[in-house]
Amino acid sequence: MSHTYVHALYNDDDRLKEGATKVRGLGYSIKEVFSPFPVHGIDKIMGLNRTRISICCFIYGCTGFSLALWMISYMSVYDWPIDIGGKPNFTIYHNLPSWIPILFESTVLCSAHGMAITFLLRSWLLPGVSPKNPDPRTTDDHFLMVMPAYSEGDITKLTAAAKETGAVEIKTVHA
Amino acid sequence: MQHDSIIRDPLLLGKKTYHQITEDVARPVEGKANNYWWLMLAFAVVAWMWGIGCMSYTVGRGIGTWGLNRTIDWGWDITNFVWWIGIGHAGTLISAVLCLFRQRWRLTINRSAEAMTIFAVMCAAIFPVLHMGRPWLAYFVFPLPNQFGSLWVNFNSPLLWDVFAISTYFSVSVVFWYLGLIPDFAMIRDRAKIAGRKISYACYRVLSFGWSGRAKDWQRFEEVSLVLAGICTPLVFSVHSIVSSDFATGVVRGWHSTVYPPYFVAGAIFSGMAMVLTLVIVGRKVLNLEEYITIQHIDTMNKVMLTMGSVVGIAYFAEFFMAWFSGDPNESFIYLSWNNAIGPYGWAFWALIICNNLLPQILWSKRIRTNLYITFVMSIVINIGMWFERFDIIVTDLYRDYIPSDWTYYSPTWVEVGIFVGTIGMFFTFFLIFARVFPFIAQAELKTTLKATGDLFHNPPRKLKANGQASEGYEVKQPAH
Repeated sequence: MSHTYVHALYNDDDRLKEGATKVRGLGYSIKEVFSPFPVHGIDKIMGLNRTRISICCFIYGCTGFSLALWMISYMSVYDWPIDIGGKPNFTIYHNLPSWIPILFESTVLCSAHGMAITFLLRSWLLPGVSPKNPDPRTTDDHFLMVMPAYSEGDITKLTAAAKETGAVEIKTVHA
Repeated sequence: MQHDSIIRDPLLLGKKTYHQITEDVARPVEGKANNYWWLMLAFAVVAWMWGIGCMSYTVGRGIGTWGLNRTIDWGWDITNFVWWIGIGHAGTLISAVLCLFRQRWRLTINRSAEAMTIFAVMCAAIFPVLHMGRPWLAYFVFPLPNQFGSLWVNFNSPLLWDVFAISTYFSVSVVFWYLGLIPDFAMIRDRAKIAGRKISYACYRVLSFGWSGRAKDWQRFEEVSLVLAGICTPLVFSVHSIVSSDFATGVVRGWHSTVYPPYFVAGAIFSGMAMVLTLVIVGRKVLNLEEYITIQHIDTMNKVMLTMGSVVGIAYFAEFFMAWFSGDPNESFIYLSWNNAIGPYGWAFWALIICNNLLPQILWSKRIRTNLYITFVMSIVINIGMWFERFDIIVTDLYRDYIPSDWTYYSPTWVEVGIFVGTIGMFFTFFLIFARVFPFIAQAELKTTLKATGDLFHNPPRKLKANGQASEGYEVKQPAH
């Protein structure tokens, strides 16, 4: 496993994308890109897979809906049906229309919170976690591309590619 | 890079760069508050404390301290509850609905509008809890087992729908707001690191959850934001529809109306947009953000307000017409009826019509829409009008009961007024603290559209003068031959 990385710092998102395209074209991989805002298209250039978090959201939503339906029908139909104003809770079917608001809210509650928690855990974003961006300017106006290098030749080629595409700072880091 | 139509004016003035946006957004957080801010905070805190005093008095003595009576058993409490909930709606409209419509002008106001939503819902929740009379038993609204001494909650009741709707709305809004804040907290954290401010760094390090801005994190962040916007859109419409069902499913003439859900949602957006305008007109000046929240933004918000005001106006007309057209003697005493207009609550009826229907008509003029002073006054007038709408719906539908011997009048006591003043104080206390501690503008999201909406990047110019020359300050790119 390589422990040498070339860090190329850009000050423009379009230059960063040019640089990333060039590096990928040369057959190298990009370990990470740190940017102050989402750079559209960089994930495809880096070869990242599409995120599946929206699928998780759908599953959480279905869970929320099912749990709410189970809860309401247990409480109102099976455990203690109440006859209110001549409108008894004796069947699920007859009550379903007036349960729609709570079924909907529970679906939204579970899908939104489930998705947010999944996002925070998958990206390991929790209070007290140390930030991993090597340069603090990457949350302001700089874009850092981290590329693993396996030999001196790699370092030379990657440095040249970064310089050519307008990187403002290039560093070799041994980690 | 995103592209925008060349006929649109730039939304971001002052030739901003990425770094300049960072500087401008971080300035209020890093700088010291001026005396005006402290003065406003002092007023807000005093009002809030006064409200807490009145709330304590209510809890200690019971709601007999209010002016409610046997006929009018909902008064200022539920009026204020619906008013605050309605105000909250513009925040979600701006952050979720306009996100789906890809309206870029929302980007500089969504953060403060979402904060407004959260604080408004917190204020709203106080009223129904106090109105229970025994607020220490408020947890009985949740589905608790029979062993607690009561039956299960009634899932067919709109009051229970409200519990679910408002708690979901509040918690999902907080999540949506906080997720958007994480990258901006990280920006302030890293600036504190560079400048060597240790306490600030320690605080924002915790608040930013260790955000680093990795490509995969951004990819997930964008997906989460989009999906949350998608599910918040029906949520926001459902919440005020459910609040309106508290009335619409009741057997009280004037309340028992199928038009209520859309009518309440339109009214909510109308009043919420007015509150956003009140806040950002002051905020842009105090925080030096005039180049971000431009006159164009104010104009656009005024247009939304005018549209929603018109929808509400049509709903009023329909209610008034149907009350008359039905020929039902009960209907002829509802809140929008001639009998109410000339009755003892006529002043409330006319306050509603003047503030919500007549005065907003001046917004048809672009000159008025782009005038900050008039817009500011109008935003307050509309909020007063929307308060009266809820007051009229509740009180003037109740005070003419089915039995004429029950007809009566209602005036609030100082305790009810104090609680309302207290919630306004609480709202502004939170908002003022928010404006100093949190990034007022969603800078990370704004930076994604800088090249599409910033005037530095407008080349060729968005607007040509009649003589074909570029407007002042823009370069004209010569066409390639």
